[in-house]
Amino acid sequence: MTSIRRVVVTGLGAITPLGNTAPAYWEGLRAGASGAATITRFDPSKFKTRFACEVKDYNPDAYFDRKEGRKMDLFTQFGVIAADEAIADSGLLESGVNKDRVGVIWGSGIGGLKSLQEECFQFERGDGTPRYSPFFIPRMIADSASGNISIKNGFRGPNFVTTSACASSNDSIIAAFNNIRLGLADVMITGGSEAAITESGVGGFNALKAMSERNDDPASASRPYDKDRDGFVLGEGAGALVLEEYEHAKARGAKMYAELIGGGMSSDAYHITAPDPTGSGVVLVMQNALRDAGITAAEVDYINTHGTSTPLGDGAEIKAIEQVFGEHAEKLNISSTKSMTGHLLGGAGGVEAVACLLAMQHGVVPPTINLHTPDPEINQALNFTPNVAQERDVRVAMSNTFGFGGHNTSVIFRKL
Amino acid sequence: MSEIAEKVKAIIIDKLGVEASEVTPEASFTNDLGADSLDTVELIMEFEKEFNVSIPDDQAENIGTVGQAISYLEEHAK
Repeated sequence: MTSIRRVVVTGLGAITPLGNTAPAYWEGLRAGASGAATITRFDPSKFKTRFACEVKDYNPDAYFDRKEGRKMDLFTQFGVIAADEAIADSGLLESGVNKDRVGVIWGSGIGGLKSLQEECFQFERGDGTPRYSPFFIPRMIADSASGNISIKNGFRGPNFVTTSACASSNDSIIAAFNNIRLGLADVMITGGSEAAITESGVGGFNALKAMSERNDDPASASRPYDKDRDGFVLGEGAGALVLEEYEHAKARGAKMYAELIGGGMSSDAYHITAPDPTGSGVVLVMQNALRDAGITAAEVDYINTHGTSTPLGDGAEIKAIEQVFGEHAEKLNISSTKSMTGHLLGGAGGVEAVACLLAMQHGVVPPTINLHTPDPEINQALNFTPNVAQERDVRVAMSNTFGFGGHNTSVIFRKL
Repeated sequence: MSEIAEKVKAIIIDKLGVEASEVTPEASFTNDLGADSLDTVELIMEFEKEFNVSIPDDQAENIGTVGQAISYLEEHAK
């Protein structure tokens, strides 16, 4: 797409298993820290997987007054917190922005799972008399994050949520990007959040045999590209970006992290949960993103992969990268930051975009940790940035996320 | 103050996040204590649960102040 309206990133926010602000998250990424530990949100003793990457030291009262906080599911709280940080970082509110031209498109794969679960448990425990809270539906529905972000700030532009499982927040970033390119808004708050570390979330993913069961050593369980990987590790949190039309950002003297130059989408059209082992849908999505960005594959420096640490998915994505990037594949830095954060599902694209932008800002590529026994089925001539961060001037970064349902998404940022 | 009045007050303080000093008999949930229509529904549900009563919608509509809640419940609580 050729557009005269260019889009830049002017604010970042994050609340993650590695740290509760974007700078704290970056410190964790750079250090190669693991966010995994035994689950504290419920008693997991009878579950196959008893660990996850939880947001640590979280106290909603530090962010919300009690009445306000009670009306939001945890995924909405995380979303509002990350969005607030990104908005403050951008200096948008201080600049007297026209709020009719500011929108919010947020990603969540599931929505308020805890709220749904609790209300259903409560009904089941009762005598059949319905005593559903009037806040149950507004807490549960997936669009409550985007709604609350706009209500809090008075942003009256386009507002909705994208849901495409683990691709949800790359889809929200692409939708926000397009809204600005099409002239429907000048500024968009975007990203995504998830909070699915609940009995039903863990039990459900365990039933799919999708999650690691390495209970004896949670910190080493998320190990993309390692031969001994046995599934993803569930994470939670949120990542937020402020996207802004370039001239708008320039006119107010805003700090610009990078330009968002391309977004690609595709579908595997293969299976509801299994990735297409040929990786053809992933080839297509990266080609679509490169074409949209108007760059060649050889211009990309870093790919933040989907790389969830599942036996099937990791290999298919790498095969696709080899096919799209050819000889340049070996010159790329590749890393899966899910090795550290766990898998934030619908929040993954948000926190991983933030990781890419901070990698560009700092000239450092965060590592793929727990990569000790390279999988011989995966081309180890590629640079997976194993275990330790690497210095590199990242001029162009690509971030991939894929979701159950066969949704593939890829976004590309370039330094200004 | 009756035991019922104490409990009603505690529920209002908890659910609406207000100070005890604001919860006077004349205080209106919506005009004085910052409740919206959903907060009001939640309050009625909490009263029903706490006092083991069922408050029909047409009667719930007449419970708009702290004092009205207390007198209704003093009359109907089991």
